Amino acid sequence: MTYPDPQLLRFVPTPAFVVENGHVCFANAAARALLGAHIVGDDVRIALRDPKAIAAITSIKGGSETIEGLSVKGSRWRLTCHVLGTDARLIILEDQSVRVSVARAHADFVANASHELRTPLAAILGYVETLEDNKAGADETTRKRFLGIIRHEARRMQALIEDLMSLSRIEAVKHEAPTEPVDLIALAGEAASEFHGRAEIEFTSNAESAIVAGDRSQLVQVLRNLIDNARKYGKPDAPIRLSIEVTESGRVEVMVRDEGEGIAPEHLPRLTERFYRADTGRSRAVGGTGLGLAIVKHIVERHRGRFDIMSRKGQGTTASIILPLHGQGTMSSK
Amino acid sequence: MASSSGFTQEIGQLRGLIAEMGGLAEVAIRDAIDSLTRHDLVLAQTVVAGDARIDALEAEVDRLAVRVIALRAPMADDLRDVIAALKISGVVERIGDYAKNIAKRVGKIETINKFQPLTLIPAMAAIAQGMVHDVLNAYAARDADLAIEVVNRDEKLDNFYESIFRNLVSHMMENPATISSAAELLFVTRSIERIGDHATNVAEMVYFAATGLYYSDRDLPGGDEKVI
Repeated sequence: MTYPDPQLLRFVPTPAFVVENGHVCFANAAARALLGAHIVGDDVRIALRDPKAIAAITSIKGGSETIEGLSVKGSRWRLTCHVLGTDARLIILEDQSVRVSVARAHADFVANASHELRTPLAAILGYVETLEDNKAGADETTRKRFLGIIRHEARRMQALIEDLMSLSRIEAVKHEAPTEPVDLIALAGEAASEFHGRAEIEFTSNAESAIVAGDRSQLVQVLRNLIDNARKYGKPDAPIRLSIEVTESGRVEVMVRDEGEGIAPEHLPRLTERFYRADTGRSRAVGGTGLGLAIVKHIVERHRGRFDIMSRKGQGTTASIILPLHGQGTMSSK
Repeated sequence: MASSSGFTQEIGQLRGLIAEMGGLAEVAIRDAIDSLTRHDLVLAQTVVAGDARIDALEAEVDRLAVRVIALRAPMADDLRDVIAALKISGVVERIGDYAKNIAKRVGKIETINKFQPLTLIPAMAAIAQGMVHDVLNAYAARDADLAIEVVNRDEKLDNFYESIFRNLVSHMMENPATISSAAELLFVTRSIERIGDHATNVAEMVYFAATGLYYSDRDLPGGDEKVI
């Protein structure tokens, strides 16, 4: 039995490939980007090892299945297997992740965010009420001091609301892989110049340019947040070290190093949780919102990269991001 | 591929079997953790029963690998492929065992919702799951860099283990009534940590199969000389 030329799948935007005798004989660009270029010629189980996928592909009738976690964690793909002939199958994959994440409510998150907003708000209300009192409000020094506190707390609320809004913007486009070519080295220069006069940044790189497929404003935000953390928690007089390395294997590693006190190992796994703080008092004092690293993690995940924090007590902290170079496809599934 | 030799087909079959085992092991871990957080005894039972399939596949890899070595006397890259397949299948089978082990404990952990530490366990499991997922991708793509990256993630898992361990111990001291459940959770955490170690082992073998170099020698003088 014959079937149309698989080359026609080139025009299909969603991942699609043809299997003959248990081996992938043709895969379109979307399928190669999702599953790796190596799948052509490989056993189909190498391409898709999910048991439900294997069952659908090897069954005589074909059929549809839902596969979880195929691309990024929590993603959901619909696999449809059409029978082309006795030993030939057409596999089509559709991304249904957006529906899943919309369905997931962030009840905890809303509760936490409200709590975080209520604390400065309560302080503001308290001080305003005191100032309204004629006795306290009339005293010049008290009034100045209280207004200063009110301003500080209002700023905190403002920073928090800005971070909450950027988190929700990132969430909204979570499943859309960014495509714009962005030069991380140029971007690093830009981000560093924002800190001119506020922090000393030492920049090193092994390449002239490092182009990734990215979202420009989001990547600037990542660098800004990491540099800002290094500035807040690093050693006051020591420079912040920013390095960008392009590896032979087609990846870019961005590292931001400080020489601060470091972070105890038990906090490391939880730093990217929303509102998690290793040292609550200190975070409040330097105006942290508890969302900076959560934002970084979300953006890096959207860029199909990896984010890591390494730290030793007393030896400073290194935040690193690994992203695939433009045109290298996904580097890892998480 | 019809044109390939019998040997290429057999290697392909070996790699396919490993991928199939890996897929089952991944689902076993996910379901084991889901059954734990939802206290779903039926799902836990499915995980326990499903382990037999992974064991059967391991036996199949074993037989095929031995046959390939005996009949075809593979050399160089091919020999590396067969040896890596043989070793990796053993490790993936162990990963499946740990998932089964976690599932077996679900019934013994009663007051699950009261445990604050339990909020950390899924986060830790997600890292282990990610390591297994990525190391299997590295195996499929023969990607030595991704394998190294998986090895580097193990430290993160160890940090989690320490964090949860302390958490559980202090929980036990404050709530003696829950000691038996908390002790079961300690074993669960240990199993997750072991899954990460085994993912690391697979990563080292993927590195070996892809490059011909021993992972542990890679920074030593002479470590860049191929073993096979």
